[in-house]
Order: sequence, then structure tokens, then C-alpha cells
Amino acid sequence: MAKRKNILPGFNISLGFTLLYLSLIVLIPLSAAFIKTAEISFAEFWQIVTAPRVVASYKLTFGASLIGALINAVFGLLTAWVLVRYTFPGKKFVDALVDLPFALPTAVAGIALTAIYAKNGWIGAWLEPLGVNVAFTPLGVIVALTFIGLPFVVRTVQPVLEDLEAETEEAAASLGANRLQTFTKIILPAVWPALLTGFALAFARAIGEYGSVIFIAGNMPMVSEITPLIIITKLEQYDYVGATAVAVVMLVISFVLLLAINGLQWWANRNNGADR
Amino acid sequence: MSIEIRNIKKNFGQFSALNDVSLDVPSGELVALLGPSGCGKTTLLRIIAGLETPDSGNILFYGNDATERQVREREVGFVFQHYALFRHMTVFENVAFGLRVRPKHTRPNEAEIKRRVHELLNLVQLDWLADRYPPQLSGGQRQRIALARALAVEPKVLLLDEPFGALDAKVRKELRRWLRRLHDELHITSIFVTHDQEEALEVADRVVVINKGKIEQIGSPQEVYDHPVSPFVYQFLGNVNQFDSHVHNGAAKIGEVNLKIDAHPDTQNSPALAFVRPHDIEIYNEQHPEKLGFEAIVRYVNAVGPLVRVELERADHTELVEAELTQERFRELNLTAAQHVFIYPRNVRVFLKGDNAGA
Repeated sequence: MAKRKNILPGFNISLGFTLLYLSLIVLIPLSAAFIKTAEISFAEFWQIVTAPRVVASYKLTFGASLIGALINAVFGLLTAWVLVRYTFPGKKFVDALVDLPFALPTAVAGIALTAIYAKNGWIGAWLEPLGVNVAFTPLGVIVALTFIGLPFVVRTVQPVLEDLEAETEEAAASLGANRLQTFTKIILPAVWPALLTGFALAFARAIGEYGSVIFIAGNMPMVSEITPLIIITKLEQYDYVGATAVAVVMLVISFVLLLAINGLQWWANRNNGADR
Repeated sequence: MSIEIRNIKKNFGQFSALNDVSLDVPSGELVALLGPSGCGKTTLLRIIAGLETPDSGNILFYGNDATERQVREREVGFVFQHYALFRHMTVFENVAFGLRVRPKHTRPNEAEIKRRVHELLNLVQLDWLADRYPPQLSGGQRQRIALARALAVEPKVLLLDEPFGALDAKVRKELRRWLRRLHDELHITSIFVTHDQEEALEVADRVVVINKGKIEQIGSPQEVYDHPVSPFVYQFLGNVNQFDSHVHNGAAKIGEVNLKIDAHPDTQNSPALAFVRPHDIEIYNEQHPEKLGFEAIVRYVNAVGPLVRVELERADHTELVEAELTQERFRELNLTAAQHVFIYPRNVRVFLKGDNAGA
């Protein structure tokens, strides 16, 4: 194995660099969280991470992120579809608009969303009489997390849709399939792996989001307080161990979820035409 | 099922893809739409399938107007140039697709689907590939699967868009003979589009030559090859020599030579194009006492294959002439480059200029 000649040169050096880079940027800082947490006993750790206020924040963070990513999966697919399949005036503009959540400082997004959805805001004023409060509730958290996750789904699905030959859809139609059957049996299986990737990225991004959420959430303990905020609060109170303990829990849950989504992707790819 | 195409017009922006096209395809015939790329032949096929809507005109299936009918209600089998197989499905599922998407009350049960799919896979001689995925197949195999998939829905009409266009020459030859045999077995009304005249002449019952959105000629392969109605058809079907000439009192004057022709006896001094197929050029080493012809110089000889191709230049240095002769005749003449010979065209066909501006 060691003596086998590889056609592509530089395998050793590039792998070495990759590992070093990942260690410096990702692995070592993250392991610091584990090491810092190890300063306390497991009982103490368990007490910190299962405090009712912290548990409520896990539920909000992961729940709102999941809902936001699901909304993005549906509407991101639709947006990508519209951008690929139709031509309309201002298409380039809409296309650029999709990337805005990438570029915008998240605090700006948070302030803008709060201004619009607050009770006296443009949209909030209309929702208020209906009994729907968006700003300063968990609903606001979902809105913010949906906003920042949108580009991930659109940008991963778009190239796959572009590659999808219109001919296969025509073939399906000529074989008697209606639009719904064409969508579920032909288009969806083809974009499914990309959609799953986009969903995973949007979900991961939403879990880590801080800036845009804290403005619109109102940060009421037990109701609209997200886990990253809890960590920041603990840090501000010089409770480093407490902060890292919660951070470790987030890290582990995020990692397990991403691993599960990766597994799902692998499984979807396997069922999607063996060797391509 | 018979197909009638009535006054179809289709424009893409400023470009006129089809200009008032009418065509009858009798039941059970295999018809080739032949023309250069961009002539509108594929557009016509897609309009018949319902994948494209005409700007005006009608499509009739069995005398019933089908112009407004949706693709999936037209009962046509469409085979795409690039196969358009569903790559995430096995070969079996690809062929079964048309049966599975049927509404519940007409959908065959699982055992019936299985029987039908294997029957079709046997028909295209690829039953052993049932569990493979399309990316694992060769081009020729994919095309046959695409055909089996189209036949699964028992279409009344089979439409094939450049079915052998993406295949290499040998597979192409095999597949088109196979398609001809298949058609003789099934007798399903079929239309296929091609830009390859050899393919059209070999496979089809009838050939429809299309140019610039108009039908130039309809006829059996023999008819269109032997009696082209326009300069375009003459040039498109096989190699041909073209001479500038003047027609006067039943003779075509090419260069300084007056060749007798059977047409245009009353035409006076009209510019015309004269066409002669390469195999209708006779070559002699000495001047023939009776025949009328030209002196020419041999420029190039290609003796590979059953026919020898000779490129000549007329001694008056005006036009190049291509001739085909048998190996036997070639050895008799003992031709080499730069040799002076005499050439005699026979079966000259003349088209008056302005009369048929198609070329």
C-alpha cells in the first residue's frame, strides 16, 4: 500500500495539511471545551446541563431550528425551481436576493425582523388583531432561523435542478404520468440528496445562530431563550465552567444530528442508482 | 393509427420553424422525416407528440382532432435522442413506469406488470439487464431500453427523435436494421427523425424531405433518390456533382458542351443547375467518338472499398467533378493523379434557376 504509486501526486502532504488545519481550527478549540468541563464532577455537570431553564432552551433551539430548516426545505425547493425553470423580469435580482442572508450581519437581520414583526411594525400590526405575536415569542425565533437558513437549500438544490434534463419530465408525461406523479417519482428522487444536504446545512446553521435571534426573541427565560444566549449569559457572569458544560451538550447533540443526517444521505444516495 | 397533419405553423420568435406543413401518415407505416439540422423536423415530431403546441394548424389521429390533447392523453410512445431514461430506477422500473402511473382502475396488477415488462425486455433482447441502472448500460442498450419503455404503454403511434444519432457507426447500422425488423413484427405507425439520408433510405417505407420548415418531397426511398423534385433534395440525398449551365432548346450547355436532356424542350437560353450523380460519370482514356463530354485532369484517387472515388478537375479549370467507378473499370483505365482523361456524364438532371429556388 505504502509503495503503491498514486496518479495524483501530493497525497501525503495534502492529507497532512488537512489534518493539521482541521486540528488547529476545529478540533483543538472544541476539545478545550471538553477539558474545561472536566474540571467539575459529573454530578455538578449534570446539574448544570439539566437545569430547567437550560433544558427549555435546548428544546427551543433544536425545535425552532428543525422547523426553520423544514420550512426552508419546502420553500427553498420552490424558490430554486422557479429560478431554474422560469424566466421572468427581475430574475437576476431575485437570484441575488437569495444570498442576502449569507452576507448580511445577523444583528442587522435581527433588528430588521424585529422592527417589522413588532406589534407596531409593518407586518406585526396586521398580525396583532389576529392574536398572533411574532416578535418576542418562540415564533419569532423560527422566523429568524428560517431567514438565515434560506440560501443553503436554494443553493444546494439549484445546480441539481439545472442538471435535470427537461427531457426526462417529457418522457414521464408521454408515458402517461400526471404532474404530481412526475414530481414525486422523477424530480423528487433526483433532487432528494441535494435537498437533504441543504436541509442539514440550514439546520446546522440555525442551531449555531445567535445574532439575529436575540433581537427578535425577547429572551424570556423558559420561553424564548436560546441555548447560545445561555452560554453567553454564563460567560458574562464569569461562570466559564457552566458555559462550557452547556456548550459541550450542544456540541454532542449537534454532532449526533449531523451524523444521522449524513447517514440518511448515504442511504438516499445508495437507493438512487448505484454507480453514477 | 393514421396521422394527418394539417397546415401546421410554428414560429420561435422571428424564426419560422414550420411553415404550413401538411402530411398524411397511413396506418402501420414507418416514415422518416429527413432534413438538415434546424429544418424543423424535430419540432414537427414534438408537435405530433404534444410536447410542443403549433401556432396554427391541426393534428388528427384516426380522423379525430388531437391538437388540444395533452401529451399523456395522446397515446404516443416517444423515444428521445438522448434516451431520457430515469437514472434512479432500474431498467425494469423504467419499463414498468408507464404501467405503474396508470390510474388505479386501469393499472395492471404486480404479476401482470412483471410479465409485460419481461416480455418487452425479451423483445429488445435485454432481459438479462433488468436489475441494472441506466448509467451502467452502453448507448445502444439504453436506446433499446428507451424503446421498450415507450412500447410498454401500448402506444398507437411510435415517435423517435434521431434514435441512432448518439451511437457509433457500427451499432447504428445494427440498430436500424433491428428497428426495421421490429416494425415489421409490430406494425405500429412510426415516425422517426433523422439527418442521415442513408438511414432514412434504408429503414423507412416513406421518406419526407424537409428543408427550412417546408416539405420538399414525399415518396418511397427509391422515388426520392431516383427522382428528386428540387435541387435541395438532389444535393441532400447522396453525393452529386453540380454544374452551372444554360438550357436552350432541350439541351444543357455546360462549358462549351451541349448535352442533350429530356426536359425543358421549349426553354430558351435560361440559366440552370445541372446535377449528375458520381456513379453517372463515365471516364475514358481516349476521346469517345459519339458521346459528348469534357476533357479533365485526375486530381485525387481513393481506391478503398468496392467503389473507387476519383476527383477530377475540368480541363477548362472551372469546376471539380467527383466520379465513382468499379474496381474493375479503375484497373482497366489505370488512373493516376495528373492524368488527362475524358469524362461523359449520363442521366443529367436540370433545374432552371428561379424556378425552384430551394437550393
